Amino acid sequence: MTDPIIRFDKVAKRFGDISVLDGLDFTVSRGEKVTIIGPSGSGKSTILRILMTLEDISDGTVWVDGEPLWHEKAGDGTLKPASEAHLHKMRGKLGMVFQSFNLFPHMTVLRNITEAPVQVLGLSKPEAKDRAMGLLDMVGLSDHAEKYPHQMSGGQQQRVAIARALAMRPDILLFDEPTSALDPELVGEVQEVIRKLAYEHDLTMLLVTHEMRFAREISDRVCFIDKGSVHEEGAPEDLFTAPQQPRTQEFLRAVLDG
Amino acid sequence: MLFGFEWDTTNGWTLAVSILPILMRGLWVTLQATVLGFAIAMVLGLVLAALKAAPSRLVSWPARGVSEFLRDTPLLIQLFFLYYVLPEFGIILPAFLTGAVALGLQYSAYLSEVYRAGIEAVPRGQHEAARALNLAPRRTFSRIVVPQAIPRIVPAMGNYLVSIMKDVPVLSVVTVLEMLNVAKIIGDRTFNYLVPLSMVGGLYLILTLVAAQGVRRLDRALPKTGIPLK
Ligand SMILES: Nc1ncnc2c1ncn2[C@@H]1O[C@H](COP(=O)(O)OP(=O)(O)OP(=O)(O)O)[C@@H](O)[C@H]1O
Ligand SMILES: [Mg+2]
Repeated sequence: MTDPIIRFDKVAKRFGDISVLDGLDFTVSRGEKVTIIGPSGSGKSTILRILMTLEDISDGTVWVDGEPLWHEKAGDGTLKPASEAHLHKMRGKLGMVFQSFNLFPHMTVLRNITEAPVQVLGLSKPEAKDRAMGLLDMVGLSDHAEKYPHQMSGGQQQRVAIARALAMRPDILLFDEPTSALDPELVGEVQEVIRKLAYEHDLTMLLVTHEMRFAREISDRVCFIDKGSVHEEGAPEDLFTAPQQPRTQEFLRAVLDG
Repeated sequence: MLFGFEWDTTNGWTLAVSILPILMRGLWVTLQATVLGFAIAMVLGLVLAALKAAPSRLVSWPARGVSEFLRDTPLLIQLFFLYYVLPEFGIILPAFLTGAVALGLQYSAYLSEVYRAGIEAVPRGQHEAARALNLAPRRTFSRIVVPQAIPRIVPAMGNYLVSIMKDVPVLSVVTVLEMLNVAKIIGDRTFNYLVPLSMVGGLYLILTLVAAQGVRRLDRALPKTGIPLK
């Protein structure tokens, strides 16, 4: 396998007494499109949230782009907990699309997309606007730049959220159930955008979804997570058609029938 | 005679008409105390809210203690403290200022809770989106959190503005010549309490209704999604 851009090395995550991830080993190669599937509560969101630095880890090491995410190297070569400056630098490599979009409701679509490029990357306003308009064009919403989120459908909002994440030019884009909050008739338009990204970009993509058909279409690899560790993984055509583990078979039977 | 205005005690109506300008003087003081007290409460409340939210317990616990004390002891006690105890330490404030400060102190504790509730009501997803975009915490607070908290904070603040106005008569005990005190003096001197007190009640009713209406208008005018700053 080529150099991993993401590597979880014996990562544990506990919330108080509850152990959510337990010795998780998991890697993603540069440019790879990986889908994570698994039952509710198995730790899928937690994996993405750890990568986005929204949740810290209890044990182990997470590597992103060759550097530890939650640690930094001390003078003597050992790892010490990451400083905010280190986290800030590492976060720049990642972007995230949330289930509930999380657009800023008091800002226009354009402001939603340009705010961070201007404030964080130091782009000039015209530069940021050019970038935003290009991305809005890509997600098919060029005419909506001056609208507010509440004036748009959920599908449109999620497409804006994707544009907003892309405006930061991340190397890795995380999607946590991006279509789960949408009315069924709006799922397609969002999937269409993600599909285009998957096919046309060298972006590394990590997607959590319950849409098995979609997962099959766009992923290079599918990981079945259960109780906080990777239970089975493989190319979608293998994992979906001939799962090896009984638990994977059971899970797939349940979701495909449901 | 009060403030240079004579009263006409021929009957209730003439009395009412003749003391109206006097009550207006008192009303003016009431409004001034309300506005000054509320301004103090808004600023101090913000400071208290920030201190209570401080990461260090050395800061947050005393702030909570002060806030709790201010809310749970009667306004009158706080007022007496400022009026009778502070001078013993050489701090002598005019009665009006003492009253406004007492109101401001007590309401700063209420408003600090209003600020806190407004800020905490901003969904967690907003903080997470801001963090995912690498916005600095201070930027997140000023650009994302505060604009969304304002529409939640303002209506609650309006209610406290009405409430502080209704507390102003307490200042009469330290000789502030606000509306109720003026009415009482008129009553003492004309032996007619019914007319001036009824008028004060009526004026308060009008003030409260107008203020409440104003708050409702403001509430409706504020965009529910938040106020973009700049
Ligand atoms: N902040 C938290 N405090 C306590 N427990 C938490 C917290 N966040 C998540 N958990 C628990 O961790 C477990 C894994 O949560 P996670 O959100 O990663 O699951 P998931 O696989 O994404 O599930 P779903 O498919 O329902 O989204 C769950 O049991 C959840 O209750
Ligand atoms: Mg989840």
